[in-house]
Amino acid sequence: MSDDQYLRIAQQFIEALPHARVLGLRLLSVSPGHAEIELPWAAHLVGDPATGVLHGGAVSTLMDTCGGAAVMAHPAANAGAATLDLRIDYMRAATPGQAVRARAECLRVTRSVAFVRATASDDDVERPVALMQGAFTLHAPRLAGEAT
Amino acid sequence: MSRRPEPVQVVKERRDAALDTLVGGLPYLAFLGIRFERRGDELTAVLPFRDENIGNPLLPALHGGVTAAFLETAAVVELAWSQLWPQMEGGAGAAAPGVRPPLPRTIDFTVDFLRSGLPRDAYARAVVVRQGRRYASVRVEGWQDNRARLFAQASGHFMMPDLSAGPGAAFADDEAMDPAPPASEPR
Repeated sequence: MSDDQYLRIAQQFIEALPHARVLGLRLLSVSPGHAEIELPWAAHLVGDPATGVLHGGAVSTLMDTCGGAAVMAHPAANAGAATLDLRIDYMRAATPGQAVRARAECLRVTRSVAFVRATASDDDVERPVALMQGAFTLHAPRLAGEAT
Repeated sequence: MSRRPEPVQVVKERRDAALDTLVGGLPYLAFLGIRFERRGDELTAVLPFRDENIGNPLLPALHGGVTAAFLETAAVVELAWSQLWPQMEGGAGAAAPGVRPPLPRTIDFTVDFLRSGLPRDAYARAVVVRQGRRYASVRVEGWQDNRARLFAQASGHFMMPDLSAGPGAAFADDEAMDPAPPASEPR
């Protein structure tokens, strides 16, 4: 499968996630254990209209989706990935009007857990907007109440 | 001479108006559908279920990012509310009626996903664990059908605005947190 086909299939996967679609998330690149996703700036995603800065929550979703995509693109992951935990450091406000791009990489993948780190930046790539570190399970967790 | 207590309706209207000013008109909250319920000074954040908030269509489950955003919003609003409350109840009224006070800024936020988010309404309550003059530490619990069975919990650190500093000067180190000036301007 060519890189283009791979990217297209991965993009279709992202678009199948309803919340990723309403945010307009766009997959920029994907390779084993890595993913890069863009969140376009939009007025309805602003946290505080006084500043026009994107809400941290939209950046969280970008980071979480990007981390999950990096895990699923890892050769060891043949099932889905579910987030176990994530920590986000907000280092500065994203510049209003600019898209935010996240780049995630799997630092280590075991049979059951993937350790992932991601950086998000706007047009000024030298000064990241946010950092994410998270752990993802390689299998979807049981639904609450589901029999063991 | 003893003062007559304020009529309950006046008190409620003042508090509801202050809450409305705080969270009304925040675009991202409206985008996710988040609203707040108030009992006295206690706030509960509510995230009504919507198909667009699904992350995993197979389970189906709420998007982890939506859960994180919901808990972060609950934390920020609780903090702003706890800062507003004594000012409002101290007789001074809300800072300026109809004007939203500057919101605390998230420094870092950590979320534990304990269970997958079901396609149901979700609730969250935040507790201010420590509030200093400039920094605050907040814990948040999120649940759905059962209050005792959390589906997510979170904690985070926030930078508090200086409400006495006036608009535009609420954060002492604004330079560090604000967008960089255009490259053409001297730094």
